[in-house]
Formats: sequence, structure tokens, C-alpha cells
Amino acid sequence: MSDIDVKPGQRESATFDRNTIHEIQRAATTGIYDIRGFGAKRKLPNFDDLLFLGASMSRYPLEGYREKCATDVTLGDRFASKPLHLQTPITIAGMSFGALSANAKEALGRGASEVGTSTTTGDGGMTPEERDQSRHLVYQYLPSRYGMNPDDLRKADAIEVVLGQGAKPGGGGMLLGQKITERVAGMRTLPVGIDQRSACRHPDWTGPDDLAIKIEELREITDWEKPIYIKIGASRTYYDVKLAVKAGADVIVLDGMQGGTAATQEVFIEHVGIPTLAAIPQAVQALQEMDMHRKVQLIVSGGIRNGADVAKAMALGADAVAIGTAALVALGCNDPKWDADYRKLGTAAGFYDDYHEGRDPAGISTQDPALSSRLDPVAAGHRLANYLRVLTMEAQTLARACGKSHLQHLEPEDLVALNVEAAAMARVPLAGTGWIPGQGTY
Amino acid sequence: MKTVDLNTSTVRELNQALHDQAKQCDEREWLVTHPAGTHALACGLDQNISVDIEGHAGYYCAGMNQKATVTVHGNAGQGLAENMMSGVVRVTGDASQSAGATGHGGLLVVEGNASARCGISMKGIDIVVKGSVGHMSAFMGQAGRLVVCGDAGDALGDSLYEVRIYVKGEVASLGADCIEKEMREEHIAELSELLQKAAIDEDPKTFRRYGSARQLYHFKVDNASAY
Ligand SMILES: Cc1cc2nc3c(=O)[nH]c(=O)nc-3n(C[C@H](O)[C@H](O)[C@H](O)COP(=O)(O)O)c2cc1C
Repeated sequence: MSDIDVKPGQRESATFDRNTIHEIQRAATTGIYDIRGFGAKRKLPNFDDLLFLGASMSRYPLEGYREKCATDVTLGDRFASKPLHLQTPITIAGMSFGALSANAKEALGRGASEVGTSTTTGDGGMTPEERDQSRHLVYQYLPSRYGMNPDDLRKADAIEVVLGQGAKPGGGGMLLGQKITERVAGMRTLPVGIDQRSACRHPDWTGPDDLAIKIEELREITDWEKPIYIKIGASRTYYDVKLAVKAGADVIVLDGMQGGTAATQEVFIEHVGIPTLAAIPQAVQALQEMDMHRKVQLIVSGGIRNGADVAKAMALGADAVAIGTAALVALGCNDPKWDADYRKLGTAAGFYDDYHEGRDPAGISTQDPALSSRLDPVAAGHRLANYLRVLTMEAQTLARACGKSHLQHLEPEDLVALNVEAAAMARVPLAGTGWIPGQGTY
Repeated sequence: MKTVDLNTSTVRELNQALHDQAKQCDEREWLVTHPAGTHALACGLDQNISVDIEGHAGYYCAGMNQKATVTVHGNAGQGLAENMMSGVVRVTGDASQSAGATGHGGLLVVEGNASARCGISMKGIDIVVKGSVGHMSAFMGQAGRLVVCGDAGDALGDSLYEVRIYVKGEVASLGADCIEKEMREEHIAELSELLQKAAIDEDPKTFRRYGSARQLYHFKVDNASAY
């Protein structure tokens, strides 16, 4: 974490840097792969590599504060009789009770409801705390089907069929024994204290044709009321989005490789999937080719941190975004006030990613009653609401500067890229040029 | 008895009618004719009613069933009674893949054979199959009981948690962490009760019991080959 002890002349290898050497030593000692939470930590082309072209002569901007820049979004009006109408397009991503404490889940619900957006259950079922505090609750339908039941399905405001996550496309979930308390075990029908791995494929369907029938069943059970989302980890996004639309999705949730996780092998987090930036244009192209852009809504997640990220994702064609890691940080994850406790765990505030160990000093990714009581769900919910308001206002600021009266009016033409990689992935021109690599335009 | 003819009504109309009358529950016996292998028949029921389907059903018949008794007089497609919570689902013919998948409760009876992954990820349901089951049955089974009066295909009970499996015939192979276990008095009693509930005439003493060795319950270097 610091270079203080290293004398000049002591040259660190770029190939075998300290982290690499440490990992070899760790693997040799334990004989098991490294598991951790958080998302990819390597540097990736991302939203910071894009810039907005503010309005000047050829376009005129909107007046901050005075001229309206709307932020609401409707999700799921393709087939569902009760689509969601949210006040801000920034939603809370699915995070399981089990990975997170009941207090954390409640806080997410409170924060989201305060600003009129939705929150999402996770791989562990729906808790009453979360349902009670969430105005719009999306119920995940995962391969594990832990706690899945028709009563909760009917209580949900939308159903999200999870095929994958950006942190681990092609992987199942895991929750280690430390976190399988009696309540968590009961909700998942598992023995207390075991290391649990959840399936990576759904148990009762395989390909997209089966999925279409599965979606029909879910709609029949809920009388065609609920929007049905399909969540995919970004990999072969162009094809996956086309298949998801064909299978009957109302909404597609696209999670890029930066997306957070509660517990996954490090090798999986860092080496599988494509960056969010590269995935969005593929998804939008697929939707446009099917004449489904804006008809099947696109929610993008994976590394969204501020209002600029929100605005850029929307300019590239997303209808809404979802946040996981940032929401946890807003609640209090990695808060410096717990630094002494983080240090006892061999880490520091700002670095903590061992969500799977269940010893989170901030009381968020834990099932330990003493630790989770550190998180006040009301105060943490307010912090999240504040943060969501800031993201919304930041996105509005940028949209107004581009002359847009609705966040959804942002468009790729408002963007340029700072480097060739980002230009090629996001399919916007390199700043100061008309060049989009790979598009044959100059 | 109320009859719904799927030659003239849609599945949507059938399911909506079944759901709509749930509160008063004034019609307790339903007959569905001409199902012709349609999907999602009689799913999401949550009342103590009986539904008889006169013919073959498609995928996810009686999905997420609560309390109701659903009988398919024919064969059933993939995911029969998936995620069932309670009640009884019976098929007089064969069932396709993933019958009773992730079921949390209730009783599923297959009078013919069940295909691959019967009882996959089961979470408390009881499944009794008069014939044989295909490969990977009770894969990752968490709770409940699977009874097979015929044979079981490859990798029975792979990565099993706490499901108890009873098989009368041959088991092609056992999956990771699944082992044969002693058939004690309490198991004979439990099996006898299950067979009785399913109305299947077999001698419980002729069955063998399989369950989890519980060796994969914790990440261990020794288990690396199973990961
Ligand atoms: C602690 C934690 C738990 C998660 N649990 C789930 C889950 O149960 N189901 C799921 O689909 N995604 C899960 N995710 C992934 C999120 O839904 C989302 O895709 C991701 O966090 C978005 O990326 P971001 O963290 O960069 O915002 C989890 C993420 C975190 C950080």
C-alpha cells in the first residue's frame, strides 16, 4: 500500500509485481483460489474515457435550475400490465440477503424509496424488511431459486430472471459458512454454517427457446401484471440481447465486467466478461436492429459511480442504470471511521473487499448481529437517498449543458472519446476528430 | 365440476379463471380437456381445488403449485410442478426433464418414468416415481425425499445436500458426494408412508437409501477435484 520502505534502485517487476508475488505465495500456502467481493480492480476503459460536448453555437443549452430536465423512466411496458414508473433512472442492483445484512437491505429499500426508485432482492429470497421499505421492489429469479415462492412473486413489482452477472458471467454464486446463520440457512433451506455454492445454470430450462416458455409461465402465475427483466453479464452482448428480446423480456439488465459481487474467485472477477463501455453499444445495436430500442428498456450496471457515468451510459442508449458497490459505499462500506477495525483485518478503509468473510466492520456485508447493529438502516437509507439525489442532479447538469430537457434525450452524438480504445468500444469519435475506429468513418 | 375446453379457450383464460375464483373458491373441481401439450397449464394455483387435465401437458404444468391437486392424465413436459410449495401433482404417464425442480413442499407422483434431473435443487418436496429416473436426478438436492421404484441414471444425487433418496432398482452411478447409506427402521417407516401417500404398491424393504457424504460442505484442498 505504500512505497516508503522501498529504496531507489530496487526495481519492481512489471510482470511479477508485489500483488502477483503475494498471490503466488498465498496460493502455495493455502492450495485454494482467492475468493473476494467487490468488482474488477484492474484498470479498464471506462466512462472516464468519454467527454460530453456541451452546447455552444450549433446547439443551445438549458438553464440550470430554471428549465426542466426530466428524469423519470417507465420500465416494462412491453407486455406487463403494471410497468414501473420511477422518478430517477438510477436503480439499486440485486444484492442478496445473506451477502448483506438485513439492516443493509432495509437501508437500501429506504434510500431507494425516498427518491422514488427501485431496489432489487438477490440470491437469497425476499426479506420482509426489504419488502416493507421498498416502494418498487424487483424480485430476482435465480438459478438457485433460494427462497423462491409464489407469494413473494405476487408481492413483487417486477421479476428479474438472472442469467448472469458482469463480475462472473458463466459462474454461480457462493456464500461461505461464516455467513450462513440460522436465518440465512432457513431462507435458503440449507444446513447452518456450510460453504454454499449456488448453481450457474437454471434447473428447469437451458436455451433461449426454453426461456421464452419459462417467461410465459412466470407471466401466467402473476397474471401478466409484472414486468419481466432479464439480467445478463456482459460477454456476447449483441447476441444475448437479441435472444433476450426474442424470449420475451420487458427489460434487459446488462451488467459489465466491473460489476460488483459478494464473493467470487478473483481469477473470475478479473478475467471474464467485457467492460461496461464495450457492452452498451452492442446491446443498443441489437435493440435498434429489432426495432426494440426504448420499447424493451435497457438498464446498465457495472462501475457506475457518479452522475457523469449515469449520463454517459444514458447517452450511449441506456434507459436506466443500476448501482451496487456505490450504493454500499453510500451506506457506509469502507468508511474511514472504521479504519482501526479494517486494519485489524489486515486491510484499510478504501481497500476492504472480503465481503465473503462476513466480518465487515461497517455492518453491511455481514450476518454477525453485533456488527450489523452498527448500521442504522434509517440513517444509512438517508445517506443513500442523498447520494442518489446527487447522481441525479449531476446527470441533469450534464444533460442541460447538452441542451436536453430529459435525461433520455442524451445521445451518442453528445459524446467524444479521449483515447482510441474507448472510441472503438463506445463507438463515438476520438475527441477532435470524426474518427470512430472500426466504423470506417473519418 | 367446471370444464374448460382448450379447443375453445386459451391457457390465459384457464389460468385467470383458476386464479380469479381463488378467494371464494366456489368451484372446487375443474376438468381441462384438449390440452394438446400446451405450456404453463394450471400454474400458480393457491387454493384447495382439484384440476384434472385430460391429455398431455407441456412445460411447467402446475408450476409453483400451492394446496391444489393437479392430475395430468397423460404425459407432462419439462419442469412439471417446478417450485411446488404444497398440494399434490400426479402424472399418469411420463414426465420430461426437471420434474419437481426446486420444489419446496407437497407431493409429486409420476406413474411412468421421469427424465433427467428429476428433483434438481429440490427444497423440501417429496417425489415418488413409479418407473425410472434419468441422469443427474436430485442434483444439488437440498431437502425432501426422492423415491424411485425403477432404476436411476448416471450421477444420482450429485452435490447433494440433505435430500434422502430411495431407489429400488439399479443406480447407474452416484454423483459427487452421494453415497449409499444404511436403511434403518425410521427410513423404512418414512418410505412406507411416502409410498402409501402416493398410492404405489411396493415393499419398502426392497429399496436402498442414498444421501450426502457431506464432504463438500466446506471448501477443502482435498476436494479440489470436485470443484
Ligand atoms: C454485495 C453484492 C451482492 C450481490 N448479489 C447479487 C445477487 O444476489 N444477484 C445478482 O444478480 N447480482 C448480485 N450482485 C451484483 C449486482 O447486482 C450488480 O450487478 C453489480 O453490483 C453492479 O456493479 P457495481 O457494483 O459496479 O455497481 C451483487 C453485488 C454485490 C456488491
